[in-house]
Amino acid sequence: MPLDQSFIGRSYPPSGTYDVSRAKIKEFADAINDGNAYYVDPEAARAAGYPDVIAPPTFLTIINLAAIDVIITDPELGLDYGRMVHGDQTFTHHRPVHAGDRLAVTTYVDDIKARAGNDFITVRAEIHDTEGELVATTRAQLVVRGEQA
Amino acid sequence: MTAPGDELPPLTVRITRADLVRYAGAALDFNPIHWNERVAREVGLPDVVAHGMLTMALAGRLVTDWVEDPGKLLDYSVRFTRPVVVPDDEHGAELELSGKIGELREDSTARVDITARFDGKTVLGKAAAVVRLSS
Repeated sequence: MPLDQSFIGRSYPPSGTYDVSRAKIKEFADAINDGNAYYVDPEAARAAGYPDVIAPPTFLTIINLAAIDVIITDPELGLDYGRMVHGDQTFTHHRPVHAGDRLAVTTYVDDIKARAGNDFITVRAEIHDTEGELVATTRAQLVVRGEQA
Repeated sequence: MTAPGDELPPLTVRITRADLVRYAGAALDFNPIHWNERVAREVGLPDVVAHGMLTMALAGRLVTDWVEDPGKLLDYSVRFTRPVVVPDDEHGAELELSGKIGELREDSTARVDITARFDGKTVLGKAAAVVRLSS
């Protein structure tokens, strides 16, 4: 059964804040085998004008995935998680995320469409700091393969 | 001077099962298709596959290595077109990354077009990063 298109435009408010730590940034940088000094050396990051070490460009996947989970596990939407694959992903950075940031995510369902038996859902997350500044916007298209596909 | 068509230094990265476990923990992405062969096969995959987001992160390194300051990466998007299959051996999967300047813009930014190949085929579509060139 196609996903309910009345979900387009629905938004989900922040469920709390995510505290960005030096330790988590280092753990993530290690996991992508990236030794860039800006991720681990506060002095190098400060010399470039940042308050502390900054996060790799896809670090916000941690928050992005949590935001996607909020939507795909919404029982009203009834999405079959086992048939879902990640179609595309965009990160728009209004400024780099740095250690010490406290981030809140608001999630939006931008689009739902059915095509060739598959469902496509586009999810946007707007990530703000505690001052209310927009830090980053992420967009993901999720594909739910149809029963026949 | 940077010009359209300029190529970034290429990067070859090896992804093993151990890397997938480490990334799963770091990214908090515990989907079993990235570590459990049985589940991967049940959903029609040939074997365990890498997280698309890991491939995206590794491809991003091609760009951040080049600009040096990762804070200069303003926008980054990819489509996941093929899975990267990671066998249960010491060699894992080899990901070949290359990139070139697709466009220079008047606001001192550039679009870098990225190619990611595994097993001779591209695994990312429309992969592009916008970077700030001025300091």
